[in-house]
Amino acid sequence: MIYKIVSTEELAPKTKMFEVLAPDIAAKAKPGQFLIVIISVKGERIPLTICDYNREKGTVSFAFHEVGKTTKELGQMQAGDTLENVTGPLGNPSEIKNFGKILCIGGGVFIAPLLLQVKAMKQTGNKVTTILGARIKEELFMEEKAKTLSDKIYTASDDGSIGYKGLDFLKEILKTEKFDHCVVMGPVVMMKEVSEITKPYGIPTIVTTTPIMMDGMGMCGVCRVTVGGKMLFGCVDGPEFDGHQVDFEELVQRQRLFLPEERVASLMWEKNIGGCRCDRKKA
Amino acid sequence: MTERKPKPKIKKEEVKMPKQDPKVRVKNFNEVALGYTEEQALEEAARCLQCVKPQCVDGCPVEVPIPEFIKCIKEKKYAEGIITIKSKNALPAVCGRVCPQEEQCQVKCVLGKIGDPVSIGRLERYLADWERDHGFQIPEKAPPTGKKVAVVGAGPAGLTAAADLIQLGHKVTMYEALHLPGGVLIYGIPEFRLPKAIVRNEVAYIEKLGVELRVGNLVGRIHTIPELLKTDTNAVFIGSGAGLPRFMGVEGENLGGIYSANEFLIRNNLMKSFDFPEYDTPVRIGKHVVVIGGGNVAMDCARSSMRLGAEVCLLYRRSRDELPARQEEIENAEEEGLVCKFLAAPLKFNGDEKGWVKSMECIAMELGPPDESGRRRPIPMKGSEFTMETDTVIIAIGQTPNPIIQRTTTGLEVNLKRGTILVDENGKTSIQGVYAGGDVVTGAATVISAMGAGKTAAKAMHKFLSEKK
Repeated sequence: MIYKIVSTEELAPKTKMFEVLAPDIAAKAKPGQFLIVIISVKGERIPLTICDYNREKGTVSFAFHEVGKTTKELGQMQAGDTLENVTGPLGNPSEIKNFGKILCIGGGVFIAPLLLQVKAMKQTGNKVTTILGARIKEELFMEEKAKTLSDKIYTASDDGSIGYKGLDFLKEILKTEKFDHCVVMGPVVMMKEVSEITKPYGIPTIVTTTPIMMDGMGMCGVCRVTVGGKMLFGCVDGPEFDGHQVDFEELVQRQRLFLPEERVASLMWEKNIGGCRCDRKKA
Repeated sequence: MTERKPKPKIKKEEVKMPKQDPKVRVKNFNEVALGYTEEQALEEAARCLQCVKPQCVDGCPVEVPIPEFIKCIKEKKYAEGIITIKSKNALPAVCGRVCPQEEQCQVKCVLGKIGDPVSIGRLERYLADWERDHGFQIPEKAPPTGKKVAVVGAGPAGLTAAADLIQLGHKVTMYEALHLPGGVLIYGIPEFRLPKAIVRNEVAYIEKLGVELRVGNLVGRIHTIPELLKTDTNAVFIGSGAGLPRFMGVEGENLGGIYSANEFLIRNNLMKSFDFPEYDTPVRIGKHVVVIGGGNVAMDCARSSMRLGAEVCLLYRRSRDELPARQEEIENAEEEGLVCKFLAAPLKFNGDEKGWVKSMECIAMELGPPDESGRRRPIPMKGSEFTMETDTVIIAIGQTPNPIIQRTTTGLEVNLKRGTILVDENGKTSIQGVYAGGDVVTGAATVISAMGAGKTAAKAMHKFLSEKK
């Protein structure tokens, strides 16, 4: 199987979306599932949420933010390049049904996979209010797409450079509007905050956890997440869980387990970039 | 009294396996056992009595014609010898290294009554390595039957079933969930016990036989088994192994520095984290590693940790006599500096301010009457609590089958408690045309028992396919 990158799109600075040829995966992919991507023979296995799929073309798309060695190197790749391996679709699909009036909230790079859910939720008859969040104005993307897919849309940023500043406005919305369901995809701090805001109103809130993963199919257990006091695996029991039950503090702590190593790998890669990288393609 | 005929003198002692020096090998990931030289192989082969009714073959789950291949070595007909083995065993380089021969073929060897049994495993390995140096021959296949088989999982059971079925003339597609084939041979057993080049070579042989291999293909998520059977696939073999790690359920188990054995071994073996940052996947190992458990997997974790520079303590809740690991592995590990602490189990893990494990609270055990496993049950001793300093813990207390296939195959009967697939003596499941074998049926066991199950199922599948129109 050759996992060829068909197209690339820059969504925001250091944030890209790739469309990859993988017909078997495209045939089965559903919103909420993820892929494990390996970029080269010596590469690591990284989980990336599915953002889109095209069953006719046989392609799947994923978005990523260039933060570590692998995502930075991936960001250098272009249409026509091939990935070492793409495995998926993994994890349980999102529950897509007519809940009634729903709130879909996406932050940063997760705006891309969120909109796949928004689309599916809208198609099943939900009335969808979408909130897009970013750190700064320049990092907010797909606003137009979100507008066409949703009934109502809000934007927000950490510094207030676009839309509302922070998520406090959500508290105001909830005082006057009633929602039957809420979906949040984004950084852990944001998912935690939203879950805390929705809890007093009893709105079922589904978060997409993003623990460290390796195999992504239930073998290693590095992705263990505590949900309602129970140890679950992000990859096979999730990745979506009840936001009111997830131990977010532990999740953040476990996401940082290999931070020093990730920094070393990233620095070394940056130091080497510019030199010949062909040896990393096929060993 | 009549005078007895003088008997030919048989050497009672086996030819020892040359090994890397413990002080040297604990600093590298190269193979520990170096393999016989030709002289050593000939000397050891000469000890075989060539019994008319060989007991050793009875002890082999895949019925390798042992006296016949040893005879080939005696006569220096190495090419013929390896063909003899491969008539029954598609993975001799693996089996020669990781089979527990001391409990199987060798325990039955009649020489064992007067001295050491013939080192059958080492001789098998000698021939397999000889073949690797001389290039392998592809045996003739039966004419195509027009039947198509799917094999789920490219581990020992799946590889064996695939090799047998393709030689019987069926078309075989093998689906592997990970990005590299080999199953536990590639992700679980460390390089120093089974070099990955050997596994790659054995898989290459299976592919040369004509088996189509699809990696990164998780059956249950891409194709489900019912879907496969709806297409042109006539039969399915499930050899998906036991890959789900067990945890203990004690407080603090999610702290940093606490790995499942699977995570630790996958990082090291499949992802080569011992060679980070050359390879992208890291592994963090502290100075004082505690491995919890007493099986071969625990030994693999302990020995890998020592090679990464740590001092390692094995914590086992029973005593030395009950250790389930192979004797040879325990000896190797202790030679390399492993310290064992018996009759103790963890109660709780304590972390530092960064969420990293720093100590564990344990309790001492005493042995009571035997439990259902036949081993004496460990019983906690009140008031015996103690604390151990540690910065890395590896939990090696067993694996259960991955539930994805069971959940996505309606009509497949399973043992709900153990998560295993139920089969009859031929490996047949509750669904017509679907067979299973290896760890997914038995729970975590040995490579060779999985291979035996693959073989049995292949035989039954061939019969099923031959009778099917």
